[in-house]
Amino acid sequence: MAGQSDSHLSLFSPEEVEFMAEDELVEIVPNLRMDSLNFICGDYGPFYPQIATQVPLWLAVALKKRGKCTIRPPQWMSIENLTRVLEGERDSHAFQPLPFHYVEISRLLFDHAREDIPDIYMVRSLIEDIRDVRFHKVETNLEKFTASTVTWKNMSAMEVNIIRAFSGRALQAFYKHENEHMMPDTDRTQDRQPQILNAPKRNLKPR
Amino acid sequence: MAGEESTSAIMDDHETLISTTDVELLKRAWRNEKAAPEILQYESSLVQRIKEQIELVEQNVEMFEGDGIDPLTVSLYQMDLDRTQFLLRSYLRVRLQKIEEYLFHILKTDEHLNRLSKPEQMFARRCTDDLGNHLDETVLSKLPDNYQSVLKQSITSEEDDMVPAPRLDTFVICKAKQYLSSIDFEPEYSMEITEMERDLLTFACYKFIKKPLEKGKIDLV
Repeated sequence: MAGQSDSHLSLFSPEEVEFMAEDELVEIVPNLRMDSLNFICGDYGPFYPQIATQVPLWLAVALKKRGKCTIRPPQWMSIENLTRVLEGERDSHAFQPLPFHYVEISRLLFDHAREDIPDIYMVRSLIEDIRDVRFHKVETNLEKFTASTVTWKNMSAMEVNIIRAFSGRALQAFYKHENEHMMPDTDRTQDRQPQILNAPKRNLKPR
Repeated sequence: MAGEESTSAIMDDHETLISTTDVELLKRAWRNEKAAPEILQYESSLVQRIKEQIELVEQNVEMFEGDGIDPLTVSLYQMDLDRTQFLLRSYLRVRLQKIEEYLFHILKTDEHLNRLSKPEQMFARRCTDDLGNHLDETVLSKLPDNYQSVLKQSITSEEDDMVPAPRLDTFVICKAKQYLSSIDFEPEYSMEITEMERDLLTFACYKFIKKPLEKGKIDLV
């Protein structure tokens, strides 16, 4: 099926991450009258012209594409908030609180609802800056971790997905080396071992 | 059967009881299944419920088309249907991939075999037979007597050393749905992991968090 990641069992393709983000709720203002929609994923509506209501993002985009609503950009996408977040990101090592799917949500709104976002150029460049600062932080963080479990506060879905493969394997290698003296090698899948032991550089591929 | 329904454990949680739809549960099962190195317990009653809902909506959509309901509404129902079907197919497909990969390993113990649905078990058995026959015919039967086992390198091997097994020391990314303390984890990993904050993204070795995952206290991301 299109968009399904098959090369690595445990990886989500960007399309799949976007698919998950499309279930996040946004507020729309419909311009048509429509009865309630009783979906498998939940009940939405009824819809009345000019009365705001909450729907999943995929539904908002579908209605928007047909010219049946305007989408209200979420609170966190205001210039004030984004400016504050960007400053916070620059000033501290920690990640600022943002929705788990902020990359995908903003991207979908930019693609499909640009005229509904006030000051879109400003908003867009702020989000791009925030993303760059955060991705850079993710990369510098990768140099530091050594423990057997690592936690990250406020990291977003795309960020997690990008470092998943690399850091997973790196941590696995750390864990393995730390425990080598304690445990006899009971590893039966010998074929994969040398890759991790002898060629760590090959694991640097981004995904 | 141990852990037959990990969703039932989730259901105990008052909050989720109110707000969680089956699609949400399926999405969780799909994510967990995709992220976990080994095959997880098949969500039989959840899949059953989802299938019934899909059928119902399919009938409705057909009926709508006949009734001359607004094409926009029909297409929106169709989109909802497509999304749910994608999830279900992807869930089943990931499981099939895992079954194919760890065929002999899964068939070795009842513990693993019981995580499969009946059709999946049939699939696993048929695959094993076919693969076994194929290997016999093309290679193994032509080797000396001592080297003819599908499962072992030679008869001197003490273990089944030709059976690929999932790596349980894979690191996964997870999020606890509630605060977890040391009693939630296996005692043998008490050195490695003692607690987990709610909703905090954590990289952890899969085997450390296997127990709370099976109990539905953790989601893989």
